[in-house]
Amino acid sequence: MELSPDETIFWQNGFITINLTLVTTWVLMFVLVLASVLVTRKLRSDLKISRWQCILEMLVTGMNQQIKEVGLKKSEKFLGFIGTLFIFIAFANLCIIFPGYEPPTSSLSTTVALALCVFLATPLFGIAENGVLGYLKTFIEPTFIMLPFNIISEVSRTLALAVRLFGNIMSGGLIVTILLGIAPLFFPVLMTVLGLITGVIQAYIFSILATVYIAAATEESDKKKARTKKMKHKSIGVTNSK
Amino acid sequence: MKIDWFTVIAQIINFLVLMWLLKHFLYRPILASIDERETNIKKQLLEAESQKKEAAKARDEFNHKNEIFDMEKDELMRKAAIEAKNEGDRLREEARNEANELKEHLEKAFAEDQTIKNNGMAKRIKGEVLDIARKTLKDLSSASLEGQTLEVFLNKINGLRADEKVKLSKALEGGEPILVHSTFPLSKKQREAIRTTVKSLLKTEAVIEFKTRPELINGIEMLSNGYRLSWSIKDYLKPLEEAVGIES
Repeated sequence: MELSPDETIFWQNGFITINLTLVTTWVLMFVLVLASVLVTRKLRSDLKISRWQCILEMLVTGMNQQIKEVGLKKSEKFLGFIGTLFIFIAFANLCIIFPGYEPPTSSLSTTVALALCVFLATPLFGIAENGVLGYLKTFIEPTFIMLPFNIISEVSRTLALAVRLFGNIMSGGLIVTILLGIAPLFFPVLMTVLGLITGVIQAYIFSILATVYIAAATEESDKKKARTKKMKHKSIGVTNSK
Repeated sequence: MKIDWFTVIAQIINFLVLMWLLKHFLYRPILASIDERETNIKKQLLEAESQKKEAAKARDEFNHKNEIFDMEKDELMRKAAIEAKNEGDRLREEARNEANELKEHLEKAFAEDQTIKNNGMAKRIKGEVLDIARKTLKDLSSASLEGQTLEVFLNKINGLRADEKVKLSKALEGGEPILVHSTFPLSKKQREAIRTTVKSLLKTEAVIEFKTRPELINGIEMLSNGYRLSWSIKDYLKPLEEAVGIES
């Protein structure tokens, strides 16, 4: 029994390995991009729009709204990263309704890759917003003693992200495979339906956690801006009262 | 359950490529479309607001014009009412004047009518009195009334006072003829009697013309250059006429 689609290898040359995970990912990417191109080719800005455009608009504005609600005010800036995480993971997980399909998210390599993306993106966004010092300062918050714990937290949450997604999706697929051997008629169908829900929830959790981490890394800048604004208001008030 | 690091690197690259592609083909066009729609809606809302303001302005202008129109209408109505009142007053005054004129005319006509009636009555009364006198004189004497009248007239000429005689003489000095009017035509004898009486009075021959005037009512009068001497029952009836308010 294969636990991961990584184990299904199509072509290998030394370090380079073309496995099922990569092939499935490419297919998913192709479908997603093709669908996007087809729908956005005939975009309309008036009030009468196609239902596909409506679905995509709902998806994009929904994700944008979620990012804003978590605390990232310039949501459009983070939409590309977080939105792609959600769409890719959700689409990869939802495709389990196709027989014989193995989601790339059930590969630890994929989930680690995605978690590493978040791990790298978080400081990059943090540095972009607060500068290097500003970002590094978040590691000694609230006190200097917390520095090792913050570093451990940074690494462990990346690991947790990767393992959580991998575990959930892999276990779902594994259970369906096992149940097919025991009760091949109805039970796997129910488990697949459950897998669809789990897949969407996992996509949501993954992307929302990534948003929270990025928000935590960039919040220093927001705080500083709020403080500056407050000071300005105060000074204007004092000047006026004088 | 092992990690294939090539797959990890490949998946990271795949994810970045997918992110770029979706950003290019999905997020950007969709957000641009939404932004454009929002801009259009905002524009439409602004236009609607502007149109609303224009409509409100037009409504205000209309109300203002309506108020002016109402005021003008009221003013015109007021003027029309005043003019109507003036016209009514004028017409009433005109009608009153016409009525007064008509009344005066009627009164005048009535008075004239009354006068005519009274005159007729006076004539009848005179006639009646003359008839009575005639009858009385006839009963008293055998001479006719005309003869009695002439006799009375001749007696009056003979009985003229000295100053009156002078007046008559002066009147005849101009050479004017003496006019003798009588109600009845005088006979030759009666005319001769008058000529004789006048001649004896004035001691001179005078030209005498005789004329008949029935309106004298049984009487004779003598006129010459403004001098008048007469006798008529009319003279006796004068007080009666005055008593009953009749103008002769």
